[in-house]
Amino acid sequence: MTAPTTAPARPAAPAWVPACASHRLQPERGVAVLLPGGAQAALFRTHDGALYALDNTDPFTGAAVLSRGIVGDRAGEPTVASPMLKHRFALRTGASLDDPAVRLAAYPVREDGGRVYVGARPL
Amino acid sequence: MARLIVIGNGMAAHRLIDALTRADTAGVWHATAIGEEPRPAYDRVALSTYFDGATETDLALADLSGRAEIRTGERATAIDRAAKTVTTSAGAVLGYDALVLATGSAPFIPPVPGADLPGCHPYRTIDDLDAITASARTAATGAVIGGGLLGLEAANALRLLGLDTHVVELAPHLMPAQIDQGAAALLARMVADLGVTAHTGTATTAILPGPGGRAAALDLDGTSLPAQVVVFSAGIRPRDDLARAAGLDLGPRGGAAVDDACRTSDPAVYAIGECASHNGTVHGLLAPANAMADTVADRLLGGTAAFTGADSSTKLKLLGVDVASFGDAHGRTEGALDVVVNDAASRRYAKLVVSDDASTLLGGVLVGDATAYAALRPLVGRALPGDPLALISPAGADTAGPSALPDDAQICSCNAVTKGDLRAAIDGGAADVPALKAATCAGTSCGSCVPMLKTLLADAGVEQSTALCEHFTRSRAELMEIARATGITTFSELIARHGTGRGCDVCKPAVASILASLGNGHILAGEQAALQDTNDHFLANLQRNGTYSVVPRIPGGEITPDRLITIGEVARDFGLYTKITGGQRIDLLGARVEQLPAIWARLVDAGFESGHAYGKALRTVKSCVGTTWCRYGVQDSVTMAIDLELRYRGLRAPHKIKAAVSGCARECAEARSKDVGVIATDKGWNLYVGGNGGFTPRHARLLASDLDDTGLVRCIDRFLMFYIRTADRLQRTAAWLETLDGGLDRVRAVVVDDALGIAADLEADMAAHVAGYRDEWRGVLEDPDKLARFASFSNAPQAPDPTISFTTVRDQPVPAAPVHLGMPAAPART
Repeated sequence: MTAPTTAPARPAAPAWVPACASHRLQPERGVAVLLPGGAQAALFRTHDGALYALDNTDPFTGAAVLSRGIVGDRAGEPTVASPMLKHRFALRTGASLDDPAVRLAAYPVREDGGRVYVGARPL
Repeated sequence: MARLIVIGNGMAAHRLIDALTRADTAGVWHATAIGEEPRPAYDRVALSTYFDGATETDLALADLSGRAEIRTGERATAIDRAAKTVTTSAGAVLGYDALVLATGSAPFIPPVPGADLPGCHPYRTIDDLDAITASARTAATGAVIGGGLLGLEAANALRLLGLDTHVVELAPHLMPAQIDQGAAALLARMVADLGVTAHTGTATTAILPGPGGRAAALDLDGTSLPAQVVVFSAGIRPRDDLARAAGLDLGPRGGAAVDDACRTSDPAVYAIGECASHNGTVHGLLAPANAMADTVADRLLGGTAAFTGADSSTKLKLLGVDVASFGDAHGRTEGALDVVVNDAASRRYAKLVVSDDASTLLGGVLVGDATAYAALRPLVGRALPGDPLALISPAGADTAGPSALPDDAQICSCNAVTKGDLRAAIDGGAADVPALKAATCAGTSCGSCVPMLKTLLADAGVEQSTALCEHFTRSRAELMEIARATGITTFSELIARHGTGRGCDVCKPAVASILASLGNGHILAGEQAALQDTNDHFLANLQRNGTYSVVPRIPGGEITPDRLITIGEVARDFGLYTKITGGQRIDLLGARVEQLPAIWARLVDAGFESGHAYGKALRTVKSCVGTTWCRYGVQDSVTMAIDLELRYRGLRAPHKIKAAVSGCARECAEARSKDVGVIATDKGWNLYVGGNGGFTPRHARLLASDLDDTGLVRCIDRFLMFYIRTADRLQRTAAWLETLDGGLDRVRAVVVDDALGIAADLEADMAAHVAGYRDEWRGVLEDPDKLARFASFSNAPQAPDPTISFTTVRDQPVPAAPVHLGMPAAPART
């Protein structure tokens, strides 16, 4: 699996935003992370322990609520369903599973020393 | 266009116009129906459901006004066959190229003294039923003259109207036309249990007036029987006065005589339904009327269809008792043999009539349990598939099924649909029962063949999936049973053992609801939290801009001034928008996630608790002011509403549950638009179930009458728990009742009569719920771990979401115009 945690460091290393203590990020329950400049990421840990972060704003409604969606899978592909109108997004890529033209920005994530970090800029 | 005039606008006329206009793709005919009733055609066969809560709208048949001219409230007064015109009561003279008489029949009123007294009614139209209802308001006793099929339906109506009800039948037993003495004996016993007394072999000699000149009693050849409402159901007479006046040939017992084409002695004039006499017989059932209508529709388009008599099989539920009669029920065939199971203890009577060599099924009668009817009726005239006794023994119903039938066997006798027709429809893509109904009309009248339709679909390999979603092949009800039986209390264990993958936004909230219904602590405890939809997850209702609304419980809608002030102060202090809800409480909108605990703390301190507006759970029990204040009230509706709301608060269910209690029949609490509606009577409470507003409004239907307080609560306990155990995901009580085999009658059998023997179990489950109830808001406030979830951002828990902003409208904050104008459609889901 190409988890974002293994993303190679870039020449200009991304600023990593501390999101929360590891134990606060429970499996299949997202949290919202406030990024510098006012952007928001929705951070998730799936059942198998993998970490994902996507733009927190539901592109279909404009509400910043994706972190409050239900995490699950569609045919094995990990997903989150927006709580607003239940549009589903692939956690790995941010792609909408309802509209191929829509894709959410995905953010790098790493876990280190009992804390989880989200990249300040999308991948 | 050629002009077709149909005199009469009942079910036969409706069927004819429907069939003709569907088939007349070239637009040959312009059809006009003339009906004297003030409303379009309705389902007269289901007329009695009017007393069970069905409304005029429920009874309405498909609207044909776009396909034909429907003249309501107008009668045809004369036919001029030479000029080919019909004159109407409105003075219109309408020319025709073809004329169809569909005038139906009139109830036979026995020529006894007093038959015209106030309080005496026929039983045929919606207006008749309204008149009976009006008479019953000032009556305590009622009698039906005639103990046939319709008479027993009328008796049930009087019973539901609260009258002490009697049935008087001239023949030696009830339903003499359809069933035999043995079956009638059981039927009479079962009917007596419901408080309806049958007097058979008894003639009514007069109807005696009481004070004020209205009916007061029947004179039964010297014995007096109190009856302030009298309903005549002593047979029908074809309405053939127009035919007679027009000089058409009549049948020996009245009715316009018709040939196999349903044509009268005038080739331009047809007659169908109960006003037609075919081979000397006037048919009084729907199936022959439909067959005649189809014949005429075909003939009008140049076809050669013929009516050759019709099956008079019937299956009904009379006063809650299943009764079926089919084929040669009385064994009149030469040498016919009876095979009878008469089990008075378990209240089942079944008789098969077979040929003298016991090889061919000729007919039968079933009382008490008519499930075998659907399988047996198509076998009439065919070789028996096995030992006749086995077919009617309790376990034998499955041995006869549609699988073994040939293609020409009729599955739906009401609409003359054969197995071959159904198989063709399935091959043509009909993949479920509704599609089969639409394609063939099978199962759209009495519905008794619906189980056969399901079997045929299964035989054809069409899967009737009840799978919850891609992760569970089981239905919600099955998962509920699994969780109950195995004691599984986590989603992870349930999906590991009974599903695949990691779930989704369909199965997770459904399983969360099941676990909550079974009482597994706070809904945000442990792993359960990740299953909840966002509303349950934050114990508040998500709004379009990502904020939440907060609804404290106000039981029964009763609130003190101090508490009202508290709500006002909380709203003011947190800058919330306030609105009164339809459920008699107050909604506080615009709260951000991180504000919720502080808002709840203020409310909980003032004695409020969660109103569960966010949950698939009991919402409110609305009430009127009842006897406490109202001049008309007959019971204390507010106290009852509060008691019920406090009893069922927090009860998680497949969908939301709304309830109301009205203190009198004026029904100011609108209880019949609720899942559970309680309406006061002088004697106690009537309980209605299965109502809702929303996209498909439904009136609740009567489940039980005149219950005392304890009986009412017991009945609601059982009803709600049975619903929770067996309904599908997101299925309101109305939809559940519609899909449940046996519908409301089945629910009544289980809930009121404890037919499954689970009533004590259902009550125990509810008792456990009541004992285990805890306020969910308080549960969060008292638990730092849960409280930590109410943060806007994990790295800035109290920072307001910068995308949320408000503007002011009518002095209140509302969401500022969203970035995306308009809400897109939600994705389609199966």
